[in-house]
Amino acid sequence: MIKARINDLNVEVPEGTSILDAARQVQVRIPTLCKHKDLLPTAACGLCIVRNKGGNKMIRACCTPLENGMEITTHDNDIVEVRRTTLELILSNHPMACLTCGRNGECELQSLAADFNITNETIKRYVRDVPADRSTDSIVIDFTKCIKCGRCVQVCQESQSVWALSFLERGINTRMAPAGDIVLSESPCVKCGQCSAHCPTGAIVEKDETGAVWSSLMDEGKVCVVQIAPSVRVTVGEAFGLPPGTNLTRKLYSALRRLGFSAVFDTNFSADVTIVEEASEFIERFLHKKGQLPLITSCCPAWTDFMEKRHYDFIDNFSTAKSPQQMLGVLAKTYYAEKMGIDSSRIYMVSIMPCTAKKYELSRTEEMHASGFKDVDVCLTTRELARMLKQSGIDFLALPDGDPDSLLGDYTGAGTIFGATGGVMEAAVRTAYFYATGKKLEKVELEVVRGLQGVKEGTLNIEGTEVRVAVAHGLANVEEVLDKVRAARREGREMPYHFIEVMACPGGCIGGGGQPYGVDDERRRQRIAGLYQDDRDRIIRYSHENPEVIRLYQDFLGKPLSAKAHALLHTRYTARPLYKR
Amino acid sequence: MNPITHEKLAAYAMVPPGPAEWIRVQLDTGGIAAGAEGVLEAIRNKRDEARLSLSVHRVGSVGYSYADPVVEVQSAGMPRTMYGRVCPGVAARIVQEHVQQQRLLDDHVIATRKRSTVLGGPITQILVKDTGTGSSDKTEFFQFSLVEEMRRRGVSDRVQVVRALDMGLYNEGVVVQLLPSAVTYANVLAPDVARIVSESLAEGKVLDDLLWSDPDLQTRIVLRNCGEIDPDSLEDYLRNAQGYQALGRVLAGMQPPDVVAEMKTSGLRGRGGAGFPTWLKWQLTANQKSPQKYVICNADEGDPGAFMDRSVLESDPHTVLEGMMIAAYAMGSTMGYFYIRAEYPKAVERVQRAIEQARAAGLLGKNILGSGFSFDAKIRLGAGAFVCGEETALIASIEGKRGSPSPRPPYPSVRGLWGHPTAINNVETLASVPAILLRGGAWYAGHGTEPSRGTKVFAVTGKVQNAQLVEVPMGTTLRQIVYEICGGVLDGKEIKAVQTGGPSGGVIPDKHLDTPVSYETLQQLGSIMGSGGMLVMDQHDSMVDVAKFYLRFCVDESCGKCAPCRIGGYQMLQILDRISRGRGAAEDLNTLRRICGAMQKASLCGLGQTAPNPVLSTLRYFIDEYKAYIEGGPSYARKMSRLQTGEAPKENLKVAATS
Repeated sequence: MIKARINDLNVEVPEGTSILDAARQVQVRIPTLCKHKDLLPTAACGLCIVRNKGGNKMIRACCTPLENGMEITTHDNDIVEVRRTTLELILSNHPMACLTCGRNGECELQSLAADFNITNETIKRYVRDVPADRSTDSIVIDFTKCIKCGRCVQVCQESQSVWALSFLERGINTRMAPAGDIVLSESPCVKCGQCSAHCPTGAIVEKDETGAVWSSLMDEGKVCVVQIAPSVRVTVGEAFGLPPGTNLTRKLYSALRRLGFSAVFDTNFSADVTIVEEASEFIERFLHKKGQLPLITSCCPAWTDFMEKRHYDFIDNFSTAKSPQQMLGVLAKTYYAEKMGIDSSRIYMVSIMPCTAKKYELSRTEEMHASGFKDVDVCLTTRELARMLKQSGIDFLALPDGDPDSLLGDYTGAGTIFGATGGVMEAAVRTAYFYATGKKLEKVELEVVRGLQGVKEGTLNIEGTEVRVAVAHGLANVEEVLDKVRAARREGREMPYHFIEVMACPGGCIGGGGQPYGVDDERRRQRIAGLYQDDRDRIIRYSHENPEVIRLYQDFLGKPLSAKAHALLHTRYTARPLYKR
Repeated sequence: MNPITHEKLAAYAMVPPGPAEWIRVQLDTGGIAAGAEGVLEAIRNKRDEARLSLSVHRVGSVGYSYADPVVEVQSAGMPRTMYGRVCPGVAARIVQEHVQQQRLLDDHVIATRKRSTVLGGPITQILVKDTGTGSSDKTEFFQFSLVEEMRRRGVSDRVQVVRALDMGLYNEGVVVQLLPSAVTYANVLAPDVARIVSESLAEGKVLDDLLWSDPDLQTRIVLRNCGEIDPDSLEDYLRNAQGYQALGRVLAGMQPPDVVAEMKTSGLRGRGGAGFPTWLKWQLTANQKSPQKYVICNADEGDPGAFMDRSVLESDPHTVLEGMMIAAYAMGSTMGYFYIRAEYPKAVERVQRAIEQARAAGLLGKNILGSGFSFDAKIRLGAGAFVCGEETALIASIEGKRGSPSPRPPYPSVRGLWGHPTAINNVETLASVPAILLRGGAWYAGHGTEPSRGTKVFAVTGKVQNAQLVEVPMGTTLRQIVYEICGGVLDGKEIKAVQTGGPSGGVIPDKHLDTPVSYETLQQLGSIMGSGGMLVMDQHDSMVDVAKFYLRFCVDESCGKCAPCRIGGYQMLQILDRISRGRGAAEDLNTLRRICGAMQKASLCGLGQTAPNPVLSTLRYFIDEYKAYIEGGPSYARKMSRLQTGEAPKENLKVAATS
């Protein structure tokens, strides 16, 4: 342990703890715009400077480990003056467009400027005029608002291994941009949106589509229906000041109905459908040896995109089951429309997702139009939903609880945990075990696949056969798992896994790129805890026992993997290598 | 080439000096730019035409940039002579007149600075030059007087009187050097001519009242082989420059800690600018337990006006390689990189050849000299970013990443290249190492001052008479360097300041020029030692423009990673630009100071931390100039810019500008 003093207070921290983190232990917040808890320090902003007694230089608290006997001063007139000037310099290179910015009120730069009481501009402003990148359906990059903190670049390169973003040029002309100075849609970007979730300013934001939803809600010719993704229920509260993990499922049902949606569905329902299809697929491959193992989950569109671009040698391992978002979309415009006697062309399906890649998924392939129409018309992120709720004047937190609409609304505990890393695997195992053995698992919770460790591995016993599973989240971790499989293939060994779950974002969907800002591992844990609590609170915890799912197959699809199910609920993948040799 | 062994090295240490007759042409980039290749060709042609046997070869540069191309001649019956400003025509004459007819050429001789106080033998030639700054040059008058006086005394057929290009003394009136002894008389007046002839020439007496007995201020340790050996010849290095003797001694009889201890005794500090003790850097790297360690030679020299690293690499690459090998041995490293900026193709070529030669001779590779020590070296090219001279950015660059600095700790000595312990030493530092190991740390520490030991090479440029490389012991004053070694300010103007340390340094005004140079003293004056660039400014140079020039360099070269440097530099430049156009406001000076403070304290790497130095030091010493620009407005700014371009003031310009 390291013993030192910060502002004359004794601190004791493990070796390697940065001064920034050590200061938090004695209730001192050192300002920073570049350091994010998820990421290594980039040391870019220069605001976290502190002084060590006897040292003639100021040192950066974010990247300097506390050492024995240090006597750190975090605030004195000199330090604050340097911070203020540095902040003024950053502001002098930033457009003063706060009132019309996507991050207004939630911007780290804005709140720091307020903290420092910066009330006038003493340094002439210079902002290079670079047009924004709106080339994708998911993310908008406004380069002028970038403060070059490097978080997005680091998360894109290190956490996600996507390497879409980089720094170009140098000096005052330095800019964050897709590597090679191309547009984002032509870059390796998989639209996971982690850049936007980590950006301290409004430089990277989700493509806002609330306007389209508002006008559709006002359009009498449209029957607006909506679905809520598993993770949204435990995160949306953060935008209203509630602690992460607060389950607001039933308030969301009420709120969405008040917004004007004719029917409110739950993506958890279609998550159950996904499990039924995917578990059946697994049984086919595992027991009946039809198709390749390991089976790899496909409900994360960022992961799917990443696979098609970079790891297309795994196409045959991919589950062909569509994601819950798309399944619900197609079922709403076929099954629901048929049962309710609504003209499918009038149905306008809005999805509320934790994710920017889900926006991209809407038009990923032609199978996303399986209903004959665009299965999901528009996808909003949790952040956009929160904005809509605030605009609507609805006192969200005071609303009475509501219920979802029947046919596509009921869900099980297995469906709700889809939003957490390991959740899809756990849900699938619950059902696959039943399909293989005709028996229920003795212990419904599969602890080995839970938690925030980057790669989780486990085995379970199905009728005396060992099933090896792996769960990876954060795309950089995925590559580690894939490489193991590749090595086994190359050497003709037995596959290391039978079933792999992948979610692109660290923590899974609860850490998605469209979730409320300020994510870190602590928040991820709280959000996940909210989902697991929801699972425990459900009476039914097996997807195949969902009564509405059973009815769906009885009345409409026939059985899992039927021709109709295939036509509506499955998709295909294409290798799309980025850099052709 | 057969592998070099200890026995062979011992034999090389014994061999007598090379051939007695030679002509050396100094071919570094500067010499080549001035036409040295044509000179070399002309000399070879003329030699072949005359069927002479003397060897003609290329060597590196001795550092007299002002006199490029430089040729040195050693031929029978003649004192060893250096010629400057040689063109192919003069080159041919050197062969014909100097070698064949045994006569020195007028107007090209650079007198030796190894001056003697005893004549020793008969005088064969007399060099003469008027070094005064008076309106008329009396060189020819004194040449004529000496010739006449000798003719009168009947000695003219014996002694040649030659007008020199440079006497190595400045502002000392008429200077006369008697060859071959190099007894030198300064401040010679017309009446002295008769005495020189009657007493020195005829009687062999030294005239004590005229004698210049001060020793040369320079001590050549780093530059010891520059201009002396062929940089492309390992044989020359081995035979004539005690090549690889230090390595042989280290591998044969010293343990790595002994080497570090010797370096500690020497007191050598990093010559890249920061002055970190070299032994400590080696020690820290040696302390790391790692199967792989790296040593890197930082040859990313980028300060405007600095060219000493280039010159050393081009003139004596084997010494730097030998220094690197000794460093590697001391630290337990087996792999070295030369990080050389791509703008130095000649240096790259010569270092590459040196590496190949050393490898072919078994001096690089496995089990060097049978010692069990293995080492190899490679070159990596810098792609033109100044910031890549910063250690962590340099490492990133070698790794193929964007050349941006990263936070320290971890220091490269703990986690450097590819994550392994790495020591990064500057060219000049490594070039000092073989000499230290050969002659001992105590010998090296005998030069210079406490706590700045040894010698330092400076590249003196700007408004100076003789732009050149200078190697002086620490503690030499700036005034000595500028006036006594480099001949003072160009055109006899008055000096205003000397800028040291390049864009990270500051200006030192005239009143502080008697400060002895050391890491500490320069820092106290608000500048730094830096890599050794030294820019002389005269009375007409605008200090606001000087600050702007250096700041613009840093703004261009900022990697853009951290906000204080990226934005601070740019914003300061805008303010300076406003001021220099006469559009500044009084509060600009305050804002400048504030941004300077933020950049110094909050920038991540040395580039940003030191970039404000030129601004701060000009604000410190020349605040009145800033105020004059602000108060004088645009008309003052125009007047100043005309003064600098040398245009005569035009009174009607103001009218023209407003109409």
